[in-house]
Amino acid sequence: MPGLIGKKIGMTSVFSVEGKNIPCTVIEAGPCVVTQVKTEETDGYSAIQLGYDEKKEKHTTKAELGHFKKAGTSPKRQVIEVDSFEEEVSLGDTLTVDIFNDSPWVTVTGTSKGKGFQGVVKRYNFKGVNDATHGQHNRLRAPGSLGASSYPSRVFKGMRMAGRTGGKTITIDNLQVLKVIPESNLLVVKGSVPGAKGSYLIIWK
Amino acid sequence: MDAIKIAENAFIDESQKQHPVFGAGDTVTVHYKIREGSKERIQNFRGVVLQTKGEGSTKTFTVRKMSGNVGVERIFPLYSPFIDEVEVNKRGKVSQARIFYFRELTGKKARIKERVRR
Repeated sequence: MPGLIGKKIGMTSVFSVEGKNIPCTVIEAGPCVVTQVKTEETDGYSAIQLGYDEKKEKHTTKAELGHFKKAGTSPKRQVIEVDSFEEEVSLGDTLTVDIFNDSPWVTVTGTSKGKGFQGVVKRYNFKGVNDATHGQHNRLRAPGSLGASSYPSRVFKGMRMAGRTGGKTITIDNLQVLKVIPESNLLVVKGSVPGAKGSYLIIWK
Repeated sequence: MDAIKIAENAFIDESQKQHPVFGAGDTVTVHYKIREGSKERIQNFRGVVLQTKGEGSTKTFTVRKMSGNVGVERIFPLYSPFIDEVEVNKRGKVSQARIFYFRELTGKKARIKERVRR
Protein backbone atom coordinates (compact mmCIF):
# COMPACT_ATOMS: atom_id res chain seq x y z
CA MET A 1 0.00 0.00 0.00
CA PRO A 2 1.20 3.54 -0.62
CA GLY A 3 1.32 5.68 2.48
CA LEU A 4 2.92 8.58 4.33
CA ILE A 5 4.71 9.07 7.61
CA GLY A 6 3.04 11.38 10.09
CA LYS A 7 2.77 12.48 13.65
CA LYS A 8 -0.15 12.32 16.05
CA ILE A 9 -1.07 15.86 17.10
CA GLY A 10 -3.97 15.13 19.42
CA MET A 11 -7.68 14.58 19.70
CA THR A 12 -10.66 16.88 19.67
CA SER A 13 -14.29 16.68 18.67
CA VAL A 14 -16.19 18.40 15.90
CA PHE A 15 -19.82 18.64 14.86
CA SER A 16 -21.07 16.98 11.72
CA VAL A 17 -23.63 18.62 9.48
CA GLU A 18 -26.38 16.57 11.13
CA GLY A 19 -25.33 17.88 14.53
CA LYS A 20 -23.57 14.77 15.77
CA ASN A 21 -20.50 15.34 17.91
CA ILE A 22 -17.72 13.29 16.34
CA PRO A 23 -14.52 12.40 18.20
CA CYS A 24 -11.56 12.84 15.89
CA THR A 25 -7.80 12.75 15.79
CA VAL A 26 -5.63 15.39 14.16
CA ILE A 27 -2.62 13.94 12.35
CA GLU A 28 0.23 15.81 10.70
CA ALA A 29 0.88 13.73 7.59
CA GLY A 30 3.99 14.52 5.63
CA PRO A 31 5.54 16.22 3.81
CA CYS A 32 7.68 13.17 3.07
CA VAL A 33 10.72 13.08 0.81
CA VAL A 34 11.46 10.15 -1.46
CA THR A 35 14.90 9.02 -0.31
CA GLN A 36 15.21 5.89 -2.46
CA VAL A 37 13.34 4.26 -5.32
CA LYS A 38 13.67 0.49 -5.38
CA THR A 39 13.05 -1.28 -8.64
CA GLU A 40 12.59 -4.87 -9.80
CA GLU A 41 15.97 -4.80 -11.62
CA THR A 42 18.18 -3.45 -8.86
CA ASP A 43 16.48 -4.70 -5.69
CA GLY A 44 14.30 -7.59 -6.77
CA TYR A 45 11.11 -5.78 -5.81
CA SER A 46 9.68 -2.35 -6.29
CA ALA A 47 9.07 0.07 -3.44
CA ILE A 48 9.84 3.61 -2.44
CA GLN A 49 11.58 4.80 0.69
CA LEU A 50 10.23 7.88 2.43
CA GLY A 51 11.82 10.20 4.98
CA TYR A 52 10.00 12.49 7.41
CA ASP A 53 10.85 14.99 10.14
CA GLU A 54 14.09 16.95 10.26
CA LYS A 55 17.04 15.89 12.32
CA LYS A 56 20.35 17.59 12.97
CA GLU A 57 23.38 16.72 10.93
CA LYS A 58 25.41 16.04 14.07
CA HIS A 59 22.99 13.29 15.05
CA THR A 60 23.31 11.60 11.66
CA THR A 61 25.86 8.94 10.84
CA LYS A 62 28.13 9.43 7.82
CA ALA A 63 26.44 6.53 6.06
CA GLU A 64 22.98 8.03 6.51
CA LEU A 65 24.24 11.45 5.53
CA GLY A 66 25.47 10.10 2.21
CA HIS A 67 22.15 8.35 1.64
CA PHE A 68 20.16 11.55 2.20
CA LYS A 69 22.63 13.55 0.15
CA LYS A 70 21.97 11.27 -2.80
CA ALA A 71 18.32 12.21 -2.61
CA GLY A 72 19.29 15.86 -2.30
CA THR A 73 17.58 16.38 1.04
CA SER A 74 18.39 17.14 4.67
CA PRO A 75 18.66 14.26 7.19
CA LYS A 76 15.34 12.77 8.27
CA ARG A 77 14.38 11.21 11.57
CA GLN A 78 11.97 8.59 10.30
CA VAL A 79 12.50 6.44 7.24
CA ILE A 80 10.05 3.80 6.03
CA GLU A 81 9.40 1.80 2.90
CA VAL A 82 6.05 1.79 1.18
CA ASP A 83 4.69 0.25 -1.99
CA SER A 84 4.94 2.24 -5.16
CA PHE A 85 2.39 4.91 -5.85
CA GLU A 86 0.16 4.81 -8.90
CA GLU A 87 1.83 7.87 -10.34
CA GLU A 88 5.55 7.76 -10.99
CA VAL A 89 7.75 9.23 -8.25
CA SER A 90 11.44 9.97 -8.55
CA LEU A 91 14.26 10.45 -6.09
CA GLY A 92 13.96 13.65 -4.05
CA ASP A 93 10.26 14.19 -4.70
CA THR A 94 8.11 15.57 -1.90
CA LEU A 95 4.81 13.85 -1.13
CA THR A 96 2.20 15.81 0.78
CA VAL A 97 -1.12 15.10 2.47
CA ASP A 98 -2.79 15.83 -0.88
CA ILE A 99 -2.54 12.14 -1.77
CA PHE A 100 -5.44 11.49 0.64
CA ASN A 101 -7.71 13.99 -1.11
CA ASP A 102 -9.76 11.31 -2.85
CA SER A 103 -9.57 8.56 -0.25
CA PRO A 104 -12.55 8.33 2.14
CA TRP A 105 -10.80 5.84 4.43
CA VAL A 106 -7.24 5.41 5.68
CA THR A 107 -5.42 2.79 7.73
CA VAL A 108 -3.12 3.99 10.49
CA THR A 109 -0.18 2.14 12.06
CA GLY A 110 1.48 3.31 15.25
CA THR A 111 3.04 2.21 18.51
CA SER A 112 0.57 2.02 21.37
CA LYS A 113 1.29 3.68 24.70
CA GLY A 114 3.47 1.55 26.97
CA LYS A 115 1.71 0.60 30.19
CA GLY A 116 4.47 -1.38 31.94
CA PHE A 117 3.88 -4.67 33.75
CA GLN A 118 0.15 -5.14 34.08
CA GLY A 119 -2.16 -7.82 35.41
CA VAL A 120 -4.58 -9.82 33.30
CA VAL A 121 -7.56 -7.58 34.02
CA LYS A 122 -5.96 -4.60 32.28
CA ARG A 123 -3.92 -6.63 29.80
CA TYR A 124 -6.53 -9.07 28.47
CA ASN A 125 -9.78 -7.69 29.90
CA PHE A 126 -10.24 -10.63 32.27
CA LYS A 127 -13.09 -10.11 34.68
CA GLY A 128 -11.23 -11.01 37.86
CA VAL A 129 -13.35 -12.38 40.67
CA ASN A 130 -16.51 -10.35 40.79
CA ASP A 131 -17.36 -11.32 44.35
CA ALA A 132 -15.91 -9.65 47.38
CA THR A 133 -17.69 -12.12 49.66
CA HIS A 134 -18.32 -15.91 49.40
CA GLY A 135 -14.88 -16.66 50.78
CA GLN A 136 -12.97 -14.38 48.41
CA HIS A 137 -9.96 -12.66 49.84
CA ASN A 138 -7.39 -10.65 47.88
CA ARG A 139 -8.44 -12.34 44.60
CA LEU A 140 -10.38 -9.48 43.08
CA ARG A 141 -8.14 -9.14 39.99
CA ALA A 142 -6.76 -12.71 39.87
CA PRO A 143 -6.58 -14.67 36.59
CA GLY A 144 -8.26 -17.84 37.94
CA SER A 145 -7.42 -21.30 36.77
CA LEU A 146 -4.58 -21.84 34.27
CA GLY A 147 -5.89 -25.22 33.12
CA ALA A 148 -6.71 -28.78 34.15
CA SER A 149 -4.70 -30.89 36.61
CA SER A 150 -3.23 -34.36 35.99
CA TYR A 151 -3.86 -34.08 32.30
CA PRO A 152 -2.01 -32.20 30.81
CA SER A 153 0.03 -31.61 34.00
CA ARG A 154 1.45 -28.47 32.48
CA VAL A 155 0.40 -25.01 31.44
CA PHE A 156 -0.27 -24.64 27.73
CA LYS A 157 1.96 -22.33 25.77
CA GLY A 158 0.54 -18.92 25.10
CA MET A 159 -1.62 -18.93 28.25
CA ARG A 160 -2.59 -15.33 28.85
CA MET A 161 -0.89 -14.02 31.97
CA ALA A 162 0.36 -10.75 33.45
CA GLY A 163 3.25 -9.00 31.73
CA ARG A 164 4.46 -6.02 29.74
CA THR A 165 1.51 -4.25 28.22
CA GLY A 166 1.29 -1.75 25.40
CA GLY A 167 4.19 -0.42 23.36
CA LYS A 168 3.19 -2.68 20.50
CA THR A 169 2.74 -1.90 16.84
CA ILE A 170 -0.97 -1.55 16.29
CA THR A 171 -2.76 -1.04 13.00
CA ILE A 172 -6.24 0.43 12.86
CA ASP A 173 -8.08 -0.25 9.62
CA ASN A 174 -10.49 2.00 7.82
CA LEU A 175 -10.59 5.24 9.73
CA GLN A 176 -12.88 7.73 8.09
CA VAL A 177 -11.17 10.83 6.72
CA LEU A 178 -13.13 13.86 7.88
CA LYS A 179 -10.94 16.57 6.39
CA VAL A 180 -7.66 17.15 4.59
CA ILE A 181 -6.01 20.52 5.27
CA PRO A 182 -3.12 20.80 2.79
CA GLU A 183 -1.98 24.29 3.91
CA SER A 184 -0.78 22.90 7.24
CA ASN A 185 -0.30 19.23 6.22
CA LEU A 186 -3.11 18.09 8.48
CA LEU A 187 -5.40 15.11 8.24
CA VAL A 188 -8.44 14.76 10.48
CA VAL A 189 -9.74 11.23 10.96
CA LYS A 190 -12.70 9.92 12.91
CA GLY A 191 -11.87 8.04 16.10
CA SER A 192 -8.60 7.38 17.83
CA VAL A 193 -5.19 6.22 16.64
CA PRO A 194 -2.54 4.34 18.62
CA GLY A 195 0.19 6.11 20.55
CA ALA A 196 0.87 9.26 22.49
CA LYS A 197 0.73 12.81 21.17
CA GLY A 198 3.77 13.47 19.02
CA SER A 199 4.39 9.80 18.25
CA TYR A 200 5.09 8.72 14.71
CA LEU A 201 2.43 7.07 12.59
CA ILE A 202 2.23 5.51 9.16
CA ILE A 203 -0.90 6.50 7.29
CA TRP A 204 -1.74 4.02 4.56
CA LYS A 205 -3.88 5.09 1.67
CA MET B 1 -1.71 28.83 15.86
CA ASP B 2 -1.33 25.26 16.92
CA ALA B 3 -2.43 22.43 14.70
CA ILE B 4 -5.45 21.38 16.76
CA LYS B 5 -6.91 24.87 16.52
CA ILE B 6 -6.36 24.97 12.77
CA ALA B 7 -8.20 21.66 12.43
CA GLU B 8 -11.07 22.78 14.67
CA ASN B 9 -11.45 26.05 12.80
CA ALA B 10 -11.72 24.17 9.53
CA PHE B 11 -14.96 22.60 10.78
CA ILE B 12 -16.59 25.71 12.28
CA ASP B 13 -18.38 27.65 9.58
CA GLU B 14 -18.36 31.42 9.37
CA SER B 15 -21.86 32.05 10.71
CA GLN B 16 -21.05 30.22 13.92
CA LYS B 17 -17.93 32.26 14.50
CA GLN B 18 -20.20 35.29 14.92
CA HIS B 19 -21.44 34.24 18.36
CA PRO B 20 -21.17 37.14 20.81
CA VAL B 21 -18.65 37.03 23.63
CA PHE B 22 -20.26 36.36 26.98
CA GLY B 23 -19.33 34.92 30.33
CA ALA B 24 -20.56 34.01 33.77
CA GLY B 25 -23.25 36.32 35.14
CA ASP B 26 -24.58 37.37 31.76
CA THR B 27 -28.21 36.72 30.91
CA VAL B 28 -28.56 35.10 27.51
CA THR B 29 -31.30 33.68 25.32
CA VAL B 30 -30.30 30.57 23.42
CA HIS B 31 -32.28 29.93 20.26
CA TYR B 32 -32.09 26.17 20.01
CA LYS B 33 -33.30 24.20 17.01
CA ILE B 34 -35.48 21.24 17.86
CA ARG B 35 -36.34 18.56 15.34
CA GLU B 36 -39.71 16.88 15.74
CA GLY B 37 -40.02 14.23 13.08
CA SER B 38 -39.33 16.13 9.90
CA LYS B 39 -40.33 19.51 11.26
CA GLU B 40 -37.88 21.91 12.80
CA ARG B 41 -38.70 24.64 15.26
CA ILE B 42 -36.76 26.97 17.50
CA GLN B 43 -37.01 26.91 21.26
CA ASN B 44 -35.74 29.75 23.40
CA PHE B 45 -33.92 29.12 26.64
CA ARG B 46 -33.27 32.24 28.67
CA GLY B 47 -31.23 32.27 31.81
CA VAL B 48 -28.03 33.21 33.58
CA VAL B 49 -24.70 31.82 32.37
CA LEU B 50 -23.00 29.96 35.22
CA GLN B 51 -19.80 29.09 33.43
CA THR B 52 -18.10 28.71 30.08
CA LYS B 53 -15.83 25.75 29.65
CA GLY B 54 -13.39 24.49 27.04
CA GLU B 55 -11.90 26.06 23.98
CA GLY B 56 -12.30 25.92 20.25
CA SER B 57 -14.92 23.57 18.85
CA THR B 58 -15.40 21.89 22.22
CA LYS B 59 -16.43 25.07 24.05
CA THR B 60 -19.57 24.74 26.14
CA PHE B 61 -21.57 27.01 28.43
CA THR B 62 -24.07 26.35 31.22
CA VAL B 63 -27.29 28.33 31.44
CA ARG B 64 -29.53 28.28 34.52
CA LYS B 65 -33.11 29.46 34.61
CA MET B 66 -35.91 29.22 37.12
CA SER B 67 -38.86 27.32 35.75
CA GLY B 68 -41.53 28.12 38.29
CA ASN B 69 -39.94 27.03 41.52
CA VAL B 70 -37.49 24.59 39.99
CA GLY B 71 -34.07 25.52 38.73
CA VAL B 72 -33.24 24.16 35.29
CA GLU B 73 -29.70 24.03 33.95
CA ARG B 74 -28.67 23.20 30.44
CA ILE B 75 -25.21 22.80 29.00
CA PHE B 76 -24.90 23.92 25.40
CA PRO B 77 -21.96 23.25 23.09
CA LEU B 78 -21.32 26.70 21.62
CA TYR B 79 -20.55 25.47 18.11
CA SER B 80 -23.36 22.93 17.87
CA PRO B 81 -25.27 23.33 14.61
CA PHE B 82 -28.47 23.16 16.65
CA ILE B 83 -27.73 26.55 18.18
CA ASP B 84 -29.32 29.07 15.90
CA GLU B 85 -28.36 32.16 17.81
CA VAL B 86 -27.11 33.24 21.21
CA GLU B 87 -28.54 36.58 22.27
CA VAL B 88 -27.00 38.49 25.17
CA ASN B 89 -29.77 40.26 27.08
CA LYS B 90 -27.88 41.59 30.06
CA ARG B 91 -24.26 41.85 31.13
CA GLY B 92 -23.85 40.84 34.75
CA LYS B 93 -21.22 42.07 37.17
CA VAL B 94 -19.76 39.07 38.99
CA SER B 95 -16.33 38.54 40.48
CA GLN B 96 -15.98 34.83 39.71
CA ALA B 97 -15.54 33.09 36.39
CA ARG B 98 -17.85 30.31 37.60
CA ILE B 99 -20.78 31.36 39.71
CA PHE B 100 -22.02 28.07 41.14
CA TYR B 101 -22.90 29.88 44.39
CA PHE B 102 -25.74 31.39 42.39
CA ARG B 103 -27.64 28.08 42.68
CA GLU B 104 -28.05 28.49 46.42
CA LEU B 105 -29.36 32.03 46.22
CA THR B 106 -33.08 32.74 46.22
CA GLY B 107 -35.32 35.75 46.35
CA LYS B 108 -33.72 39.16 46.52
CA LYS B 109 -30.26 37.70 46.83
CA ALA B 110 -30.54 36.00 43.48
CA ARG B 111 -29.94 39.18 41.59
CA ILE B 112 -26.90 40.12 39.62
CA LYS B 113 -25.85 43.74 39.23
CA GLU B 114 -25.72 44.93 35.69
CA ARG B 115 -22.33 45.75 34.31
CA VAL B 116 -21.98 49.00 32.45
CA ARG B 117 -20.29 48.36 29.17
CA ARG B 118 -16.72 49.51 28.97
